[in-house]
Amino acid sequence: MATEATGEAGKAVGMPQLDFSTWPNQIFWLLVTLVVIYFVLSKIALPRIGAVLADRKSTITNDLAAAEELKQKAVSAEKAYNDALANARTEAAKIVAQAKAEIQKDLDAATAQADAEIAARAAESEKSIAVIRDGAAAAVSEVARDVADALVVALGGKADAATVTAAVTSRLKG
Amino acid sequence: MEGDIAEMGKFIGAGLATMGLGGAGIGVGHIAGNFLAGALRNPSAAPGQMANLFVGIAFAEALGIFSFLIALLLMFAV
Amino acid sequence: MATEEHGSGLQIHPMDQFVVKPLFGDGPIEWYTPTNVTLWMGIAILAMVALLVLSTRRRAIVPSRGQSVAEMLYGFIHKMVEDVAGHEGLKFFPYIMTLFMFVFLSNILGLIPMSFTTTSHIAVTAVLALLVFLTVTIVGFYRKGVGFLSMFWVSSAPLALRPILAVIELISYFVRPLSHSIRLGGNLMAGHAVIKVFAGFAGAMGVASVVPIAAIVAIYGLELLVASVQAYVFTILTCVYLRDAVGDAHH
Repeated sequence: MATEATGEAGKAVGMPQLDFSTWPNQIFWLLVTLVVIYFVLSKIALPRIGAVLADRKSTITNDLAAAEELKQKAVSAEKAYNDALANARTEAAKIVAQAKAEIQKDLDAATAQADAEIAARAAESEKSIAVIRDGAAAAVSEVARDVADALVVALGGKADAATVTAAVTSRLKG
Repeated sequence: MEGDIAEMGKFIGAGLATMGLGGAGIGVGHIAGNFLAGALRNPSAAPGQMANLFVGIAFAEALGIFSFLIALLLMFAV
Repeated sequence: MATEEHGSGLQIHPMDQFVVKPLFGDGPIEWYTPTNVTLWMGIAILAMVALLVLSTRRRAIVPSRGQSVAEMLYGFIHKMVEDVAGHEGLKFFPYIMTLFMFVFLSNILGLIPMSFTTTSHIAVTAVLALLVFLTVTIVGFYRKGVGFLSMFWVSSAPLALRPILAVIELISYFVRPLSHSIRLGGNLMAGHAVIKVFAGFAGAMGVASVVPIAAIVAIYGLELLVASVQAYVFTILTCVYLRDAVGDAHH
């Protein structure tokens, strides 16, 4: 370390911090500096930075809100799509059911018509069968009366037409 | 002769004054060590106490700086 | 400024770097003389303008690098004031920002080789600390009236102890500006003087000067840390003191 603490050649250094002759100078320039910095900061820099930060915050908030809104829209769009899909499905089912019902009705009608025709035909056939049967029965009773007449005559009796007829009829019935 | 003794006294005094820095070292180490011990125990609370850590270190260190200042004064100003 | 070797013996003048000199000529230093103090304070103002005004002139929503730094400094101090001094303290935000920017930039600029560290002078730091002290005292009395004195009357302590505590609190209150200023000035002066001493060793040791030069590099790193931490500490202590004046009574 230096042994000459006070310096040499009249250049007394010591501690410059304690050289009070420079204090007014330093204090004056310090106050000037502080005032300048204070005004630059409070008039320009800090409001500007504060505004930028606030801007950014509001921008971010707005963007988040917009994103939320879009999300809601997407959700509602999806819901509408699903609704439309479900509607279409029920509509289709309805149409199918209607078509089915119509077909069924036609079918039923056709079946009924066919049934009716069949029934009519059957009735007709039955009627003609009955006529034929009646005709046959009449023919049988006539043949029987004729035979009975002939038998009576052949046996030597006098054939009373009414009696013979009654007898034949009762026998035919029995 | 007299001046020489005064000179000697200044240097001895300055040397003695620097011992105060050891105390500041102990203090700062104590604060930092205790902070670390607490921070390891509860790491989640550590970041919130950083300001207190620095303030504590500053207070402890200031006293050491005082003794350093005394040493400087003895060396250069007295 | 450099180490001088006069014939025999090693001459180190670690305090030469703190000498206040007139910028022009060699006359006496009057209060208005432009000195190296003026020069480096002016550079600090320019650095502040570049950092906080020029970098933010585009007011971009997506910030550039310079604007990010400005916003970070703003947010850092704003949060500190709000957290420590309370919501009421935000009125003093420009004031505290001024102190922080001046101390921080002066500390950092002082680390440039051959520069002059304005904050290493007790005159400067004492004025800064006295400004804080006066602000706190005046604001405290203005806002709380006589109630500001209740700060010294610790109502949570036993009654017998209160007068003793009041004396201690009062002394510590008036020591505040002293410790506030000496801490900042002393830290910077010490760091710069140590670097200077090591530089003096380096000049005298020949090839072996690698060792002190490596030490200077390490100390320089430490000094960068000290420069920012001291600015931080100065600011946060200002906020702590301000809380006494504007915040609620208990602390």
